[in-house]
Amino acid sequence: MSRIGVFTCHCGENIGATVDCVKVAEMCKDIPGVVHSVEYKYMCSDPGQRQMQEAIKEHKLDGVVVAACSPRMHEPTFRRAAGDAGINPYMCEMANLREHCSWVHEKGEATTQKAADLIRVLVEKVKHNEPLHPIKVPVTRTAMVIGGGVGGIQVALDIANGGHKVVLVEKSPSIGGHMSQLSETFPTLDCSQCILTPRMVEAAQHPNITLMTYSEVEKVDGFIGNFKVTVRKKARKLDEHLCTGCGLCIQKCPNKKISDEFNEGLGTRTAIYVPFPQAVPNKPVIDTLNCTYYKTGKCKVCEKMCPTNAIRFDQEDELVTLDIGAIVLATGFKLMKTDAFPEYGYGKHKDIIDGMQFERLASASGPTSGVMKRPSDGRSPETVVFIACSGSRDRAKGVPYCSKICCMYTAKHAMLYKHKVHSGKAYVFYMDIRAAGKDYDEFVRRAIEEDEVKYIRGRVSKIYEEDGKLIVMGADTLMGGEPVVIKADMVVLATAVQSNDRSEELAQTLHVSYDSYGFFAEAHPKLRPVETNTAGIFLAGACQAPRDIPETVAQASGAAAKVVGLFSNEELTREPIVAVVNRQAAPVYSTCVGCFICQGACPYQAIEQEEIMARSGEVIMTLARINPGLCQGCGTCVATCRTKAIDLQGFSNEQLYAELMTL
Amino acid sequence: MRIGYYPGCSLLGSSREFDESARAVLKALGVELVEVPDWNCCGASSAHILNHELSIALPARILALAEQAGISEILAPCAACSNRLLSAQQELEKHPELLPGIEKAIGMPYKGSVKIVNILEVLDRLKVLISVLTTAPFRKKVASYYGCLLVRPPRVVNFDRPEDPQSMDLLLKAVGATPVEWPFKTECCGAAFSVTRTDIVAKLSGKLVQDAVKRGADAIVVACPMCHSNLDLRRAEINEYLQKEYAVPAMFITQVVGLALGLDPKALGLHRHLVPVAFAETAGVQS
Amino acid sequence: MNSGSHHDHHEDTLAWRIQQATGVKLAHCYQCGKCAAGCPVADQMDLPPCQVFRMLQYGLPEYDKRVLESEGIWLCLACETCSTRCPQEVEIPKVMDFIRGEALRLNLAHPRSRDILAFHRAFLDSIEYTGRLYEVGLVADYKVRSRHFLKDVMLAPKMYVKGKLGLLPHLIKNRRGMKHLFKHTIGKG
Repeated sequence: MSRIGVFTCHCGENIGATVDCVKVAEMCKDIPGVVHSVEYKYMCSDPGQRQMQEAIKEHKLDGVVVAACSPRMHEPTFRRAAGDAGINPYMCEMANLREHCSWVHEKGEATTQKAADLIRVLVEKVKHNEPLHPIKVPVTRTAMVIGGGVGGIQVALDIANGGHKVVLVEKSPSIGGHMSQLSETFPTLDCSQCILTPRMVEAAQHPNITLMTYSEVEKVDGFIGNFKVTVRKKARKLDEHLCTGCGLCIQKCPNKKISDEFNEGLGTRTAIYVPFPQAVPNKPVIDTLNCTYYKTGKCKVCEKMCPTNAIRFDQEDELVTLDIGAIVLATGFKLMKTDAFPEYGYGKHKDIIDGMQFERLASASGPTSGVMKRPSDGRSPETVVFIACSGSRDRAKGVPYCSKICCMYTAKHAMLYKHKVHSGKAYVFYMDIRAAGKDYDEFVRRAIEEDEVKYIRGRVSKIYEEDGKLIVMGADTLMGGEPVVIKADMVVLATAVQSNDRSEELAQTLHVSYDSYGFFAEAHPKLRPVETNTAGIFLAGACQAPRDIPETVAQASGAAAKVVGLFSNEELTREPIVAVVNRQAAPVYSTCVGCFICQGACPYQAIEQEEIMARSGEVIMTLARINPGLCQGCGTCVATCRTKAIDLQGFSNEQLYAELMTL
Repeated sequence: MRIGYYPGCSLLGSSREFDESARAVLKALGVELVEVPDWNCCGASSAHILNHELSIALPARILALAEQAGISEILAPCAACSNRLLSAQQELEKHPELLPGIEKAIGMPYKGSVKIVNILEVLDRLKVLISVLTTAPFRKKVASYYGCLLVRPPRVVNFDRPEDPQSMDLLLKAVGATPVEWPFKTECCGAAFSVTRTDIVAKLSGKLVQDAVKRGADAIVVACPMCHSNLDLRRAEINEYLQKEYAVPAMFITQVVGLALGLDPKALGLHRHLVPVAFAETAGVQS
Repeated sequence: MNSGSHHDHHEDTLAWRIQQATGVKLAHCYQCGKCAAGCPVADQMDLPPCQVFRMLQYGLPEYDKRVLESEGIWLCLACETCSTRCPQEVEIPKVMDFIRGEALRLNLAHPRSRDILAFHRAFLDSIEYTGRLYEVGLVADYKVRSRHFLKDVMLAPKMYVKGKLGLLPHLIKNRRGMKHLFKHTIGKG
């Protein structure tokens, strides 16, 4: 016969105001198996917990039901307290009187009765509970950071400085990300490359960091502390160890007219190239789609020129599998392209550019060496229109959210333009100015007050070309919606921040959740912002939602702290709420018939095939076995098992039926 | 090819050359037209201004008549008509609760089974044939003018792209013309204000004429009778507003295609324009 | 608690009636002005479309009245440029149609809408009696209604010469059906 104690909590007024807790405690005394039942104002408080612990000892309780709030917050609290008092923590259950009863019902007899019923159900469960023990898993103390922008670099440096190994994977030939493309940064106008390049070099030289550039994650197996990650190292078509980065091959490559990604199509590059002069590593790659040799079978000029014979035309992609303990996603964002705007000409006007293109025009290392020249004819633009919220907060374009960074960079762009073309006129069409951040609003005011940028509150309906000018048809809603037409030489669209290409694919590879826009989902929007729902995988930067540099870096350090925290132990402790396939004595062995429908249904690849062998070594049968390290306790396999051979520990069929039958 | 035909009121009167040229061209291309028996006005731009139900009932009657005549697909060359027919059809699809009232008003059952197409869609299907049969390429620079009703609202008409559409341009290229790059393909001409607010029409259509000429167009090509009347019948007011004599003709797409196919200009109703199509004899037709 | 919403429905507001009749929710408009920016007649309107929406968003009788009395609502060409480009996908012309109907119903239509109205009424009268538009009849009727007798006197002869003016109406056979149709739609209101 069980000896169960029931502890009913008033939760202040939360439960006490609607449920008659004193009466509930009295009613519970009559439940078979209950030997002790009390109520208290705050069970989670120190005296409350102590009261429970003393009762466990005094009444020799073997199970406990705490009738209080949602188990989400306090189940660990009460289980720990129960464990400290000498019973197995998993013999402690919580009845949720707050969310399931007092908050959703009016005060009254029925409400009190329901509270007692909820407790009765849990008492029945505890009677069927088995002591469980946490699962221990080893931790591989090497982290992988996916994405080598400013966020990824910061995560890598912080973990490496914490004394752990990091593999930094970047898909493009160099680390640096979008920040390496920026001219100056808000709100201080310091040069982006000047502050980023030292970090890039530091990451490259750090003894704990291994750079894998021009590489992409292909497959992820395993679980927290024990991931196996397969990375595709794309063929650079050269031997990185032999290449000295002298650049002779680039100089001599005859194929010079390829649109340059780093300059956002505003400049050209060669077929063998380094994306930008400060690239890390400073080793070229051959763009096989555009290389004359790969197209015609002739050329090989680079090979002839290379003083160290580093060129390898026959080099193939390489797949590398690594043992990883934690993964941080820092894959960044992309900008909506100007061709997504039918009303602005579907991207056909050369002088309508996006924000990143403007950065390249303004950058000293850009295609114009920082001189303001418009793309169509190279003339200095005398009037420039900047359009904020281009594609953002625009349901019709599928982006209802705010892209967050545009207000600030548009103010910066207008300012940079005015600094470069003193006589120029800058207009900004905006809907709201969202400049919440340290020194942010002051920065926008400076653009308006000191640099005389004209801010017009309204959207632009149409842009067309006439006599070499772009006719911008807007409206001023602060003047009653009066149409405003500006003849501009160049238009800069602050286009929407979107999740990166293939982000959904990557999320599926890693089994992390993502939202309908392809941004990775955090485990909790407020309290777990850098974790994903998959244990051991963390987030940093704009792959989660639009973010600026300071936020990205802060979040990166947060994610790094999570990883370092995880790596502070050699072993991980996990909740034993996992599924188990039953095992019985020979000759039955199990009620599992080996159909393996569960294996296909398991979202976590936790189900393996186990061969039961006779002494002779002959395989008698093949049964399902669940890897407790991988199992997340979702119960899908339990539902699919046709012979009821699987049970979820702590939520077995027997327990659940017992709960239901008591009602 | 056999297709239902709903000419609409304008094609019987002020834009009869659109009807003449559409019939002539489609006949030359081997298309048989089956006119909807005893059809009525679609309500044009007046019914929806004054009464929502009326604006559905009038097109519904036409579509119901077409159904009774066994027509599965109906060509409405007039952009306003095809727009109204599509709007009513979709409104009834979205709000089936309106149907009993509408059926009562039109005194007929309505199934909503007829597919509605505009003249560009039909010509586009025949584009290969048209370019094969082109004997007198229309070697002119043209401004293709779609107006509002062919492409908007995109949710209703679901035709071409709402800004800078291409179908007419491609058709014109197929008959040897060179479409000019211009930004006003879908700007409004002033539509139904032709009679009541001619000042607005002069201004809006004036902008179109002025810009088309500036971009080197020898003709403005349209597929809507309202656009055509504003650009042609209202040319005097336009020129007065612009203080300049613009002589660029406005032509229906069917007239241009007809000339390229070598049809008689008179059969295409080219003589009916107030702004003369001065190059018709020399450029369009083989000697 | 009643079903769904926590809010009172201000059933006496124009905004509420618009939502009931057209399904367009005024609160969707966030006042970006893109409608006014692209509207071909916004510069002639006393209230550009975004201002019409702003006033209606208040739900106050005095603003509703100003909208109903405005001239701008009668200048809307229903060209659908605004709704095609609206980032919030608001069907503005649909709302304009409804407001005009309300202005007429409540006898608040702007005096300068008289001509426009006269035209539309003449148009509908013409098809009510003949089934198809009788252009000469329409213009004549319009002239009587609007008292612009001399308007376009020069145009008609030119059109006649070009064969564009049919002097006799095209009558459909089932004219009784047309009368019935009008009686059961516009005649109800």
